[in-house]
Amino acid sequence: MALIEIKDLHARVGEREILKGIDLTVNAGEVHAIMGPNGSGKSTLAQVLAGRELYQVTGGEVVYNGKDLLAMAPEDRAREGIFLAFQYPVEIPGVSNMYFLKAALNTVRKHQGLPELDAMDFLNLVREKMKLMDMEQTLLNRAVNTGFSGGEKKRNEIFQMAVLEPRLAILDETDSGLDIDALRIVAGGVNALRSPERSMIVVTHYQRLLNYIVPDFVHVLSEGRIVKSGGKELALQLEESGYAGFGIEDEEEAVGKR
Amino acid sequence: MTAVSEQIGVWLEQFTKQPKAERWVQELREAAFRRFTELGFPTTHDEEWRFTNVAPIARAKFVELADALPRPPEEARAYLARHASYETNAFVALNTAFINGVRFARVPSGKIAEQPIEISCAVGPGQVYHPRAVVVVGTNAHCTIVETYKGTGSYFTNAVTEIVAGEGAVVDHYKVQEESREAFHIATMQVTLGRSANFTSHSIAIGGALVRNDANVTLSEGTEATLNGLYIVNGKQHVDNHTQIDHAKPHGTSHELYKGILDDKASAVFNGRIIVRKDAQKTDSKQTNKNLVLSDDAVIDTKPELQILADDVRCTHGATIGQLDAEALFYLQSRGIGKSQARDVLTYAFAQDIINRVKVPALKDHLEKVLFEKFHERSE
Repeated sequence: MALIEIKDLHARVGEREILKGIDLTVNAGEVHAIMGPNGSGKSTLAQVLAGRELYQVTGGEVVYNGKDLLAMAPEDRAREGIFLAFQYPVEIPGVSNMYFLKAALNTVRKHQGLPELDAMDFLNLVREKMKLMDMEQTLLNRAVNTGFSGGEKKRNEIFQMAVLEPRLAILDETDSGLDIDALRIVAGGVNALRSPERSMIVVTHYQRLLNYIVPDFVHVLSEGRIVKSGGKELALQLEESGYAGFGIEDEEEAVGKR
Repeated sequence: MTAVSEQIGVWLEQFTKQPKAERWVQELREAAFRRFTELGFPTTHDEEWRFTNVAPIARAKFVELADALPRPPEEARAYLARHASYETNAFVALNTAFINGVRFARVPSGKIAEQPIEISCAVGPGQVYHPRAVVVVGTNAHCTIVETYKGTGSYFTNAVTEIVAGEGAVVDHYKVQEESREAFHIATMQVTLGRSANFTSHSIAIGGALVRNDANVTLSEGTEATLNGLYIVNGKQHVDNHTQIDHAKPHGTSHELYKGILDDKASAVFNGRIIVRKDAQKTDSKQTNKNLVLSDDAVIDTKPELQILADDVRCTHGATIGQLDAEALFYLQSRGIGKSQARDVLTYAFAQDIINRVKVPALKDHLEKVLFEKFHERSE
């Protein structure tokens, strides 16, 4: 059964059209990878699905769990089970990680008709999930992402995802800036959350992450459209031939090969 | 009669009705009242009062609050009105003209006062109160001073606090202004610090319709002074913070961080004057004013005023005026936190770093609670 259906989605920021007709269906339990060069619209797609107001949706529709996703406020999407792991997690000085996560979890639980967790139950849950992400408990008392290293920020994202247990997780370049050890931990955390009910959209520039998080489907995005779809082998093909082999220009690759 | 003499006439009547005081106090009162009649209430033509119009105070009529404080003791004579000058500030003059009771405290040299010295004022509708406090801190003595201002209805508090700290003294000062929403609050804090003294002040302004704080600190050699402030205004509230840090001698250090949160049609002024005298080489001074503006109609006027006469000094200053961070808002929302709650959380976080510096636990708890309720009620 389709958890999310994206139909002919168009979006722009200011005058610039970035998404030019995206079609994508993700069923419950599936992991879809979205690959593409810089500027192809991968991150825009992730942010539009999470409800970032910076982007204006100009056409198409998104049906999530039978509901009109685009009509929902970002917080309502989260309460309905959508989670975006940010490419650049935001630093929020003055707000402790613990306070933030407890407020988030209890709002989501309340929405789902579950009782709010008290301080003790919350702490037990959080300890268990931190262990999964190999995180220091002191991070809980620090301000959200403030002064965290790049790796700590990404781990903190997946840790939040583990606590909030979304139905649809959208990972926006979660691999960027991670060394191989951190990548293994992050991927391990993501894999531990794979289940027949939970779907994932994994946005990435590089195939590397997909060695650790093996997708069911791979889509290649270029200039705001999905130009090719296939199984996990498509990612390997991309790795070998580069985006250029698909007739796609990639600034970063061009620079890298010089 | 002109408007000015009419305004002063009301005060003259009250002044002459006062019961007589000790001769030295009476002389002080008379000199100050004379000066007040010469100065009159300031107008917005005065540079110092450009953004704060005190006409509503000048026009209003109040009944003097019967002061419950004891008469100033003889030992106060060497300090009272010796630091806060009634020559230039009409409100200080007015306060001095109405000295009755005085909150006088002295911390002997070398003593560490465990209990805070409390200066608390509560004023009722239609009243005027001129609270006067003098705190003398001896050489190497430590103390905490907590000023609190409250009241009900429309009234006028006109406070003057003089703090004199000796060599090596450590003074931790707090002022919590929670006046009623219809109150006028004008206050001057005048601090004179000895060699190597350490003075920290946190001024929290939440209440009042029309508020003006003057915080003036004079440093000596090797003195360290920290002036922090937090003002939170909404509706049509107006709060004006004027600070003056006078580096009179070398090797002084001063830090200043004032943060403001403005909503609705509220307005605020921050004027931070830093004087570095010719003698005051190796001065290190830092001033920061940060404002969070939550509405389109709120107004903030912020101005650093540096008068540097020495040549080997480090002085930095900066002011920011901004809205809530859209990315942070979205981040909170993307985790299920509602937009209004997310705004509250971020607003509270902005104020938090001032509150976190409060070292008196009961006061910190109180402020956390007040702020939490304030931002909570706003979203409902």
